Amino acid sequence: MATVSTNEMKAGTKLLIDGEPYAVIDNEYRKPGKGQATNTIKIRNLKTGRVLERTLKSGDTLEVADVEDKDMQYLYNDGEFWTFMDPKTYEQVQAGKEAMAEAAQWLKGEEIVRVTFWNEVPLVVYPPNTVELTVIDTDPGLKGDTATGGSKPAKLETGAVVRVPLFIQQGEKIKVDTRTGEYLARAGK
Amino acid sequence: MGCAVPHWRPSATLATLKARAELYGSVRSFFAARGVLEVETPILSHHATVDRHIDSFAVSAPRATGAAHVGFLQTSPEFAMKRLLASGSGPIFQIARVFRAGEQGRYHNPEFTLLEWYRPGFDHHALMDELAELLAHCGIAGPCARLSYREAFERHAGFDPHMLDACTLRERLRARGLAEPQGLSAEEIGDADFWLDLWMSQVVGPCLGTQTPEFVYDFPATQAALARVRPGTPPLAERFELFWKGVELANGFHELTDADEQQRRFEADRRWRAAHGRSDLPYDRHLIEALRAGLPPCAGVAVGLDRLLMLKLALPSVAETLAFAGDRA
Repeated sequence: MATVSTNEMKAGTKLLIDGEPYAVIDNEYRKPGKGQATNTIKIRNLKTGRVLERTLKSGDTLEVADVEDKDMQYLYNDGEFWTFMDPKTYEQVQAGKEAMAEAAQWLKGEEIVRVTFWNEVPLVVYPPNTVELTVIDTDPGLKGDTATGGSKPAKLETGAVVRVPLFIQQGEKIKVDTRTGEYLARAGK
Repeated sequence: MGCAVPHWRPSATLATLKARAELYGSVRSFFAARGVLEVETPILSHHATVDRHIDSFAVSAPRATGAAHVGFLQTSPEFAMKRLLASGSGPIFQIARVFRAGEQGRYHNPEFTLLEWYRPGFDHHALMDELAELLAHCGIAGPCARLSYREAFERHAGFDPHMLDACTLRERLRARGLAEPQGLSAEEIGDADFWLDLWMSQVVGPCLGTQTPEFVYDFPATQAALARVRPGTPPLAERFELFWKGVELANGFHELTDADEQQRRFEADRRWRAAHGRSDLPYDRHLIEALRAGLPPCAGVAVGLDRLLMLKLALPSVAETLAFAGDRA
């Protein structure tokens, strides 16, 4: 069982706490001049995304979670599982619905995604930060509306719905930020 | 991630390095005008601090040199400077590099710079006056308000710190929704100072000196460290700290001059360290002998110059004040 001490916990360190995997976001060291030092760590639960704080005495250790990030290519979805391939080893893995909560609505195939494994099972799949997708359904824009003001919902080819400016038409390809779900720009056709 | 600066580059900008040089110049001109002598004392010592919560780096000589001893990097120049005072140096100051193992964070670097000075004939209030004058001389605006440890807690925590036991301090911290450390020992849970430290570092300290620097003085006698204790109900340690923007900048004492009492405190700290699995280290016997020979009544203070510079320049962490912070040293 590998452990890590408070002063080795950096942003990104993976910890196992109460049987759940966490990633360290921030680690604040506090010490009164002549007193006990503490570390307050801000951690994200890798399963639920929930962020919480824990305070530890400096020098205490926690167990390291067997968590690994891999860049993989999305191949296909069979209705139940999403299949990804390691482009170096051609090894394939399947991720279930829970791991796909963030990514499913942005992927159409062949994208390179970040897969976080916990005990060698896909835990979370992160879509690319930006994707380019085609609008398959949106209301026609009103005449006279140009680049400024107003937005409308648009359905994309993957099923995601985002708000777009009124001038975007059905069939156009747009660039979207998957972290915020926001329209960024028109993409080349 | 993508914006990582290569590790060979400095942590501080050139403008910051110049500001540091100016600060040192201001400190030296301040003390030169007041007849306070600049001194240098050994960084590497045969002795270590036995402070319960400060750890010294141990340094060993290569076996081939035949040097048998292990030395320690100073965590503060205090002991050596007191030996100078006891031998009649008069008022002295030092800009010293000090080292504390495991102290790493936004406001900590394992190697840092202390300005430490001693004033025979001063008490802690007279030294607070002089520290405030030094800050003004270095271009840091006052006035520096002064409140007792009790007043600081009453104002920012809502209770008298001398009146509550460990159990109540713990309950109130919980009631405030503050996370308490995991895995505490029964001894820690029952130690009022442990909980007062948490209150200080998490609640009270961050509220202090939000505009201009602020002094806190007269600590609980159980947190005296090397300060003299003034009898009374409760007895109080004649110790002060300076806070600015919620960050602790300085720690000063109306110094303990009683050799026997100093030795008792060292022995008690050493026993505590041994009982808690901390390294058992030789305390500075020369200091005890110096106190026996006679340390003049005096007050002394240590100021963290990296933090002072950080706050003066509104930098986010001490790393930005250092040519090379610990991660690239």
